[in-house]
Amino acid sequence: MNILMLGWELPPHNSGGLGVACYHMSKALAAHGAKIDFVIPYKAHHPNTEFMTIHSATDLTPLERYGLGAYDSEKVLEKTLVEADAKDLKDMRGVQKRYVKYVENLVISTKPDIIHAHDWLTMEAGMRAKQVANVPLIVHVHATEFDRCGSSSGNPIVHEIEYQGLMMADRIMAVSNITKRIIMQKYGIPGDKIEVVHNAIDVNSFNNGYCYDASTYKYLESLKSDGYTVVSTITRFTVQKGLVHMVRAAARALERYDKLVFLFAGDGEQRDELIRLAAKYGISDKIIFTGFVRGKQWRDAYSVSDIFVMSSVSEPFGLTALEAAHHGNALIITKQSGVGEVLHSIFRYDFWDTDLLADQIVAIATNESLKRSLQEGVKNEYSRISWHDVARLCIHIYESTKKGVKS
Amino acid sequence: MSKRGIVLYLHTHQPFRVRSYSVFDTAVNHDYFNEPIYNCERNNENIFKKVAQKSYRPMNEMLERLLNRHPDFKISFSITGTFLEQAEQWAPDVIESFKRLIATGRVEIIAETYYHSLAFFYSLSEFEKQVEIHQNKIRDLFGLETKVFRNTELAYNDALAKWADGKGFKGILAEGWDPILEWRSPNHVYRPTGTENIALLLKNYKLSDDVAFRFSDKGWSQWPLSAGTYNTWVNDALGDQQIVNLFMDYETFGEHQWKDTGIFDFYESFVGNWLSNPDNTFYTASEAIDAFEPVGEISMPNTVTWADNERDLTAWLGNSMQQEALRYLYEMEDDIIKSNDICLIGDWRKLQTSDHVYYMCTKWFNDGDVHAYFSPYSSPYDAFLYFMNAVRDLRWRLYYNKEEF
Repeated sequence: MNILMLGWELPPHNSGGLGVACYHMSKALAAHGAKIDFVIPYKAHHPNTEFMTIHSATDLTPLERYGLGAYDSEKVLEKTLVEADAKDLKDMRGVQKRYVKYVENLVISTKPDIIHAHDWLTMEAGMRAKQVANVPLIVHVHATEFDRCGSSSGNPIVHEIEYQGLMMADRIMAVSNITKRIIMQKYGIPGDKIEVVHNAIDVNSFNNGYCYDASTYKYLESLKSDGYTVVSTITRFTVQKGLVHMVRAAARALERYDKLVFLFAGDGEQRDELIRLAAKYGISDKIIFTGFVRGKQWRDAYSVSDIFVMSSVSEPFGLTALEAAHHGNALIITKQSGVGEVLHSIFRYDFWDTDLLADQIVAIATNESLKRSLQEGVKNEYSRISWHDVARLCIHIYESTKKGVKS
Repeated sequence: MSKRGIVLYLHTHQPFRVRSYSVFDTAVNHDYFNEPIYNCERNNENIFKKVAQKSYRPMNEMLERLLNRHPDFKISFSITGTFLEQAEQWAPDVIESFKRLIATGRVEIIAETYYHSLAFFYSLSEFEKQVEIHQNKIRDLFGLETKVFRNTELAYNDALAKWADGKGFKGILAEGWDPILEWRSPNHVYRPTGTENIALLLKNYKLSDDVAFRFSDKGWSQWPLSAGTYNTWVNDALGDQQIVNLFMDYETFGEHQWKDTGIFDFYESFVGNWLSNPDNTFYTASEAIDAFEPVGEISMPNTVTWADNERDLTAWLGNSMQQEALRYLYEMEDDIIKSNDICLIGDWRKLQTSDHVYYMCTKWFNDGDVHAYFSPYSSPYDAFLYFMNAVRDLRWRLYYNKEEF
């Protein structure tokens, strides 16, 4: 089966989970015998991608693409593709127009059996490819504009593209039931057109000779040997992630139990607000901001942590929770995060319920056996979720879509 | 009958800026003040050497010239301990030039906290210790006894005056702020309310700031200011009163106002102009207090500083980050002192320097006056994060470190 994958990023040039999910899904599909042509909007070397053919729609370097990433939808000006200038590669719409043109030509030579477009970024290209090649279009929703913008209304042109893409798709894959519900409620798409395909985690990619280095976060290790519990979040500091609620919960938790230290790893436009809030609550000494972390500092942040909180207001899936589980964390995840659907040994709370989050943090920190059973339980669960199962499900959906029947 | 006089007082200070000190340094490296990149606004050596070249050397040369030329020229300095430590390391010739000025016998050194701290508002014992360390340093280095006190940022209130009076200081410096003075003039010696012997000298901020802030401002209606015009202003302002207290940062000369603004030539001419009138002279702070009796009492129950339009401490303690930073620092006092660890105590004290919390100031977000608050950090939040990591490292050295010693 020839699959035309339309993506926006692949590791190591990814700005978040979208690129990681696309990579592992393609790899698992290839292992099931699929031939994959993967289109990206920039030109770069991607190691360990021999299993597929990567096509670059433009000659932009990953650096030049900076600011046109998968999470920059708020920067898109109101502009239809007709108005966009395909020569203007500093503009998201310009790059998208070039991407569409590139895909138009590509489908003639590659003759795909199915087109698999990831998120709004590539939906227009997907629709055009479906028109030219006359094959089914699958639209894969990793996040909608409603997720990206938190509680605000989001970019109207992005909403419009998502609506068109979802309408024109022959089948929709949603990364969670939460996302499926948003697609049904916000875009009025009938539920039987949408399949939930949860993401997975590639455990092997984590076993690349990694060994925890206790000296990276030496200060935190010192606190731990003094009985402290490390509570972490590793994320982009944006409204979507609900971190303001997490700082509030931290203050509530510290009122009751003070041997807690919070690790906020990452960066984003909300950082200063969070710093200010922590100072206002008088807990600045208990919240550590690392700045943007990668490599060893990123892996070790998971390892040094005892409890991982996913505080998202709206999280279609939330791969980082599985990464945290792999590194032995107890998980507390909002009910608004899709990853919670595939895990059982976790605490869940509504993102606004800071009292409950504080309770859960204190309960785990003060109860060793609770902490152990959560940590061990989730470790058993996450490793059973594999990309091979995802690939099997995808292929089943492709085939039933081609036949025009519901899977 | 004593002559009319100017009290020229120059405040000389450099902080030990905290480097970009991250969580990955915490509990590993304790070198908060050693920015590894030389060409960086947080590199203390780099900054000190630059300012020495632009300000300390040419200004001290000029002051030496003026002292040699005019027997009536006098100066008062406050020189912080953190400045002296840096000068000893990176520009010992600057110390020597201060010694030459002092050797004329017409230079007074004002007492203050060694670490340029706000300790008075947090811990009296720590405050007194820092004043004592400063007195010892001035005695050892320059052979001078301090007699007049100034607090960091000229932060003054009645309680401080009472303290200084009790410690035997003959004078204390403060801002001559209109809402306090009302109808009264700053150009007299006063007595602080509730004190026995101490005299109060008040900064004439209009004439001081004409030089310190407005001199090179091309948007100022009086620009360019000539020595003759300024001399007329000082004469007119003084009238039949006693003293004009011109208090400003030393770095006004050559650093805040660069050489090419003409600041050095301006001041040299002004001193000549002023002294060409035989009724005029200069006083050190102590001499002014000896020459004139207090004309009345001044009370400042609330703290007044020499900063901003508000003349309060909000540039240092106005937001919760600044309050947090100092709260954590002073909470450690007893344990730090008990440790008897000189390095630990020294680092703790260097973190008390008021510049650190000033860099966390967010006041200018409201008035947009970014340039009024120079900072070596990309934002007040970065300044706060680096400082907090240093605070956590101090705690670690205090409570967790089992490796050293």
